[in-house]
Amino acid sequence: MKSKEFELSFFLYNKKSILIEWPKIISENILEDILNFSNKLSKSKTIHSRINGYNSLLIIYKLNIKSLEKEIINLKNLYKNKLRNLSINNKNWRIPVCYETKYAPDISYISRKLNLSIKEIIKIHSFKKYKLFFIGFLPGFLYLGKLDDKLKLPRKINPSINYNAGSVGIAENQTGIYPDVSPGGWNIIGNSPVCFFDPSHEQPCFAKSGDLIEFYPISEKEYNLIKQKSKNNLNYINELND
Amino acid sequence: MIKILEPGLYSSIQDEGREGFQKYGVPFSGSMDSKSSNFANSLLNNPKNAAVIEATQFGPKILFNVSTYISITGGDMNPLINNKKVSMNKAVNINKGDILKLGHSKNGLRSYIAIKDGIKSELSLGSRSYYKGISSKFKLEKGDEFKIISFNKKLNSFSKIFLKNTHESKYILVFKGPEYNNLSINEKNFLLNDSFTISNENNRMAYKLKEKLKNKLKSIITSPVLPGTVQLTPGGEIIILMKDCQVTGGYPRIFQLNEESINHIAQKKTNDIVKFKIV
Repeated sequence: MKSKEFELSFFLYNKKSILIEWPKIISENILEDILNFSNKLSKSKTIHSRINGYNSLLIIYKLNIKSLEKEIINLKNLYKNKLRNLSINNKNWRIPVCYETKYAPDISYISRKLNLSIKEIIKIHSFKKYKLFFIGFLPGFLYLGKLDDKLKLPRKINPSINYNAGSVGIAENQTGIYPDVSPGGWNIIGNSPVCFFDPSHEQPCFAKSGDLIEFYPISEKEYNLIKQKSKNNLNYINELND
Repeated sequence: MIKILEPGLYSSIQDEGREGFQKYGVPFSGSMDSKSSNFANSLLNNPKNAAVIEATQFGPKILFNVSTYISITGGDMNPLINNKKVSMNKAVNINKGDILKLGHSKNGLRSYIAIKDGIKSELSLGSRSYYKGISSKFKLEKGDEFKIISFNKKLNSFSKIFLKNTHESKYILVFKGPEYNNLSINEKNFLLNDSFTISNENNRMAYKLKEKLKNKLKSIITSPVLPGTVQLTPGGEIIILMKDCQVTGGYPRIFQLNEESINHIAQKKTNDIVKFKIV
């Protein structure tokens, strides 16, 4: 077990919720610490749900919090108690992405801007295993990091009105996929044919915070094939699980 | 069965919303003014999570194909059954073949129609609340039909309860948000002493205010938000998140509305004036 402890700050968010913040940086170590802690809370009978961000965890209780001080002491004790660490079953997913220009409206611009060939961009983007920090913005939108510094770009100044479902974007040190048609501000470098969110499943998104995601390039032909197979079901992605 | 003859301006099915799916990025949803919708259900002895119709500004016209009881709460849209005025905040008998019609809201913005035992519409991730991409529809449309039960017994309900109309007050009660203390004294004074106007960009996701607050707050690392969170953008816009809001956001969170005030502001419409007050 990791012994590193972080300095946490506690904040009463509303009558039923406490926000806990870790140091203001995006790092895998911090995410792991958050998820470890969140996991320890999973058995609590007084907690309704837990939502994490990069460096924060929002705990929503079932009832109004009677004493913030007492609750913070409870949380701090639990945080320090390493014996209570449970193992988390993190999975590893491989996601197909078609990087061809037709599916990558911003890739030529990025290539000029960063002085990298399109081939290099694809290589850098699909080389790495990304940590899934959390799902937010839209149902099934995966926030993945860290993106290689070589691909680091700010968000668009003027967001686009309509991205296609499956658009794979990059912004700052993040990469992510728009699960549905949406306005957005990230730079689009490809499109994935798989379904990232299916409300008819009890677990509507196959992945969860802490999982690892890697992308692999596919041709337009493969794209269409997978698109047909994966229509409205997650089975196809399950096959990709290592 | 009920049939939607006219959907109204923006009507949807809502219940207590979706909880426990926020880790997949799923919004809470649910009735914007949950106090009014809970009240409508309680008048019919319905379970708390029974699905109701939430009408916005201009209500729907609905044909009932069975006899049952209904109750209407929230904003007053001058409800009529077969063109005859019907009381609000009361269990009302409605017969097979009757037509319920709601008009323009006279006060408040959202009206709730509860039906005995609730509307048996599609369940999606544990809730009947409409949300684009999760429920197959996001608003009522002409011709939609929903299953309801027929109820011919006498309903042992409360008689008409006088519900104090709180829509009128301009005060919105808030807690300090996580980034409140990053504001300067002048910025805090502006937020707590000035009045604010609801802009025409107000919907189930968020209410934007017309007044702007120039500020130098830094964006935050994307972090959880809740319905009722008030965000301040770098451009100075003040945004109050509502029931269909995203689960995370990157703008500084200056306030958090208490539950009562979320219900309260859900009844506010374009050009209404509000003032923030820290509790």
